[in-house]
Amino acid sequence: MMTRQPTPLVSRRFPVHPIAGLAGTSFKHEHLAVILSDGGPLGFFEVHAENYMGAGGAPHCVLKSIRRDHPLSLHGVCMSIGGPQALDKAHLARFRSLVERYEPALVSEHLAWSTHETTFFNDLLPLPYTQASLAHVCDHIDEVQEALHRPILMENPSTYLAFRESTMSETEFIRTMVRRSGCGLLLDINNVFVSAANHGFSALDYLSDFPVAEVREIHLAGHAEQADDEGELLLIDSHDGPVADAVWKLFALVIERLGPIPTLIEWDSKIPDWPILKAEAIAAQAILDRCERLGGAGVGERHAAA
Amino acid sequence: MRQPEPAPRGDAGSCASFAAVFAPPLLDPAKATPRDVAGPNGKAGVRRYNVYRNNVTVSLIEALAAIYPAVQRITGVNFFRAMARFHIRETPPRSPLLFEYGRDFPDFIERYEYARRMPWLADTARIERAWLDAYHAPDAEPLAATTLATFPPESLADLVFAAHPATRILRSRYPTVTIFSANRGEGSVGIIETTEAEDALITRLGLEVVVRHLPSGGAVFLTELIGGAPLGQAAASALEASPSFDIGASIAGMLEAGAFIKAEAGKTRCRR
Repeated sequence: MMTRQPTPLVSRRFPVHPIAGLAGTSFKHEHLAVILSDGGPLGFFEVHAENYMGAGGAPHCVLKSIRRDHPLSLHGVCMSIGGPQALDKAHLARFRSLVERYEPALVSEHLAWSTHETTFFNDLLPLPYTQASLAHVCDHIDEVQEALHRPILMENPSTYLAFRESTMSETEFIRTMVRRSGCGLLLDINNVFVSAANHGFSALDYLSDFPVAEVREIHLAGHAEQADDEGELLLIDSHDGPVADAVWKLFALVIERLGPIPTLIEWDSKIPDWPILKAEAIAAQAILDRCERLGGAGVGERHAAA
Repeated sequence: MRQPEPAPRGDAGSCASFAAVFAPPLLDPAKATPRDVAGPNGKAGVRRYNVYRNNVTVSLIEALAAIYPAVQRITGVNFFRAMARFHIRETPPRSPLLFEYGRDFPDFIERYEYARRMPWLADTARIERAWLDAYHAPDAEPLAATTLATFPPESLADLVFAAHPATRILRSRYPTVTIFSANRGEGSVGIIETTEAEDALITRLGLEVVVRHLPSGGAVFLTELIGGAPLGQAAASALEASPSFDIGASIAGMLEAGAFIKAEAGKTRCRR
């Protein structure tokens, strides 16, 4: 489906920074000074696209310098691809010009929605898994990929509830979505862990059912604990702390199987000092490097499955 | 096929309706949890749905707090969060760009019953909103004093100016620039002694947004220039509004602040 030449990427304004096999971190402006003075390898940086949709000023100046020196991943959080209504054309145009301007190594969005009618809810809201919602999602992904002239990665959601009208599992929905739209996947392992706890399924079963051959990026993040109506554990995808031990274990299993996929430490609130965030990325990098040293059995599987 | 009750509306089918059912209670605590959502194995969906309600409201309160830090510092966190919650329910964002949100917040503050004893609060918010607009404004090279010096003296009165896209003027009946500056920083605020009206000029020099207190007549002068009036006319209006208006200092100040990007001979000069 997306076999055309990626023409907008021919005239490069930035150096090519390969992202393969790297760990990275969410880029936060408060870390800029220490990042610029940090001489060591820093992996890649991921930014939320919407924060750079202003006309000018400091955000673009900063992103330009980050993009010049490091691999960049552009992560959209507001496209509302999972919603039934038409995509916001103005927002899509802004997203496209950002991709053209910064030539990111990775571009991703979410299997979720955030706008209904004219209200923007600023949250990643869940959708029912039905043939009708699948058709909308695939149409929307097509529209985005056509506009960007490149495939995007779609991230699996973390959810707290399910819709009675759903007729298929999330993994079946995602498998079909990938097949129909030609998109790649961003596997958020913390989201898998959070949803598994909240819906009472096995994270390992989910991962074995997930179309892993299409995974091009991994997210790791921290979560928080609350209680549901029955007083039982409800996990919240809070992105405000270190990655949990159980999520690290799942990550190691996934990497053993898939090879060293670019992996992001996502940390979006209660932002820690840079050394704490960097230490999480170093831990992820160690797992990726160990896999590479062991001879890339996972890479073989990825090729076989592709 | 299982169907939620009541039956899906119209020919758009259930897909078009799930968001219409899910969305309205997110910002309306009086509305019940949507009936078509639940936890696993027959578990209830109330607290689960409330996670989304909480995410929406709290994230939008935090968005307003990020745009209006001085207002939050003045009111205190609890007061601010309560005020922001009312505003969010009344005027939720209509754009996915959160730095565009909160344009109606200063007017809301002006009407907000519990903020009446702080009549300067709304203007402080207006400076903060202008600050963020200046921060994101397009890049442009400011007009250099040396460029202005190239015009012959007899042509100066007819010069018209193009404002830098970041430039904003905010007139206030209160010492709003002093209040803003004291509450944007990290240091202690201390006692604000002045009660005089202050007009603000908000500009961006390079990447840095600067808020200046305009001298008497300065706001009239700059507002006319921004509106396209020739220099002579703007100066006359400023003098009329304020006999102590100092044109030399005002021109030097506006150049230093980077308020304009271009000067050219006005239309009256071009007439032959």
